[in-house]
Amino acid sequence: MATSWLFCLQLVVAELACDVRLLAEPFVPGTLVGHFTNAHPGLGGVCTFVGEVRCDEAVEALELRHYELLTLTGMTALADSALARFDLMGVMIVHRHGVMLPGEPIVLVAAAARHRRDAIQAVDFAMDHLKSESWFWKREKVGGLWRWIEPREQDFADLARWG
Amino acid sequence: MTLKLVFLGRLEDAAGEPERDVIHASSYAQVLAGLETDLVAALADPRVKLAVNGEIVGDRNGLVLADGDELAFLPPVSGG
Repeated sequence: MATSWLFCLQLVVAELACDVRLLAEPFVPGTLVGHFTNAHPGLGGVCTFVGEVRCDEAVEALELRHYELLTLTGMTALADSALARFDLMGVMIVHRHGVMLPGEPIVLVAAAARHRRDAIQAVDFAMDHLKSESWFWKREKVGGLWRWIEPREQDFADLARWG
Repeated sequence: MTLKLVFLGRLEDAAGEPERDVIHASSYAQVLAGLETDLVAALADPRVKLAVNGEIVGDRNGLVLADGDELAFLPPVSGG
């Protein structure tokens, strides 16, 4: 009885600590980070990374595709492994799919911790895994034509840092 | 009796569509036998992973497919 109660408590804590979202519509990073920060009173630091569609070159739009049966499950597993690896109070992973225009946010990762190093490293860890291991496929529109984007060697090198 | 095939990323271009239903076949080789040559070549890229009903498959040749199974072909990812 005591064991199952403890197990339930652990599930609830894990639920609160992880906020993972796969969104079809634009989001406002500041609003999400504000709520995330308020959800973890007593924290020592919050580290946040926001990736946006770059406003350079001739890119007119970016599209991210996902796979219903794998993508969100994989993002949740990534959040869980960040929680297991670093001393965190909470982690948030938000990723867009669909067509995005330059300046729109694509991804948001935030980590709250008692001490800054864990928060910073957890965000770095999650971004490296989102780049080259999560179930997303990206294409960009240049001169009216869509072209798929291959992962870069640098992305794999970044991932390898985490062993 | 059908299988659903899902083509992610650039494989959508090779297939000409993001997904298609095909007549059920129980082995992976039989599924490939029903596809266009160019598409089979694209799927043979060793970097392309296969998921059946959302589970990544290691041994494709050992698969026994059931009616209604969903096979997703997953080329290298590029997120973030």
